[in-house]
Amino acid sequence: MISIALMFAFACFGLGLLFCLWRITVGPDVSDRILALDTMVINLIALLVLYGIWKGTAVYFEASMLVAMVGFVSTVAYCRFVLRGDIIE
Amino acid sequence: MPAIMEILISAFLILGGVFGLVGSFGLVKLRDTMQRLHGPTKATTLGIGCALIASMLYFFSTGGAVSFHELLITLFLFLTAPIAANFIAKTYIIRNIDRSELPASSREYGWSVYDDSPALRREE
Amino acid sequence: MIRRLIPHPLLSITLALVWLGLVNTVTLGNLLLGTVLGLVVPIITAPYWPNRAKLSRPLIVVRYVLLVLWDIVVANVQVAWIILFKRSTDFRSRWITIPLELTSPEAITVLAGTITMTPGTVSAMLGADGRSILVHCLHTDDPDYERDRIKQRYERPLKEIFE
Repeated sequence: MISIALMFAFACFGLGLLFCLWRITVGPDVSDRILALDTMVINLIALLVLYGIWKGTAVYFEASMLVAMVGFVSTVAYCRFVLRGDIIE
Repeated sequence: MPAIMEILISAFLILGGVFGLVGSFGLVKLRDTMQRLHGPTKATTLGIGCALIASMLYFFSTGGAVSFHELLITLFLFLTAPIAANFIAKTYIIRNIDRSELPASSREYGWSVYDDSPALRREE
Repeated sequence: MIRRLIPHPLLSITLALVWLGLVNTVTLGNLLLGTVLGLVVPIITAPYWPNRAKLSRPLIVVRYVLLVLWDIVVANVQVAWIILFKRSTDFRSRWITIPLELTSPEAITVLAGTITMTPGTVSAMLGADGRSILVHCLHTDDPDYERDRIKQRYERPLKEIFE
């Protein structure tokens, strides 16, 4: 039963990634693209966690933790760049 | 693995998948950027929270050891999602919205994107 | 003496707990290492924390956290419902202004985070003097009601906790 639920969750988050990709290509504003990238990172973390359950190892948690941190920092960096034209003042 | 655990894990996985999908679907369906901000900040974050709880339960029932890793990731995401959303909102506002379209701040100073803070004003 | 050694007790506890979470096993060695980190890091970073947040009334903190967690779940069901089944032409999105009574930056940060995570509202911007907050509502018929709800439900307990 878990494997079926796992497949369902994989499909959901994968479809979510596609939606984000669509928003990145269509735009129309930079902030939309940043938002879509941020959401993409979150979906990606979910996929990593699900993959860890599928394979039955806890190795992927370090990876998802790192992806979460990098994703947050890059979102903030993008926004700051657009807001101030500069990341570190 | 006991049946109840299996049902619980599957339920959390499906719930997580549905919330994650709804959050991303909001990105496609809603019409302006501020509306779109609502989907990913809430639904997707809760979706991934559900997936992480499922993973915690799974490793608890197979390995027997309690793992806190997932809690850390969940906590991190719940703390950072509002900050990222706030930054994106500001980015959108400064590029697309004129100050006359926003309601007044009802205080002496205006909104921070348009107005200088009191400390900056004193310097001048 | 104790205050000099542990300038920021809450940060120390958080650091130790995060360390334990990162290594993911509780052994005596990890516990010791976590404690050392929890003691050393606040002392080194003390210059970057000029004014420290005081937390009072732990019971209200617990109640507030539970309230917010519950609201997050409710919020998500509501927002999911709106996103899935409401036609996007029917949305009545509004900006609302909330004048703040909170003054400490930590309290305002927590309030802004809470607003973003709970039903149909995203905090977008602060006033330049930090005394009002701009909130975007996904769908509301009564902006005044939303404003009063946020003030009653979230700002009042935060005022008790931080001030």
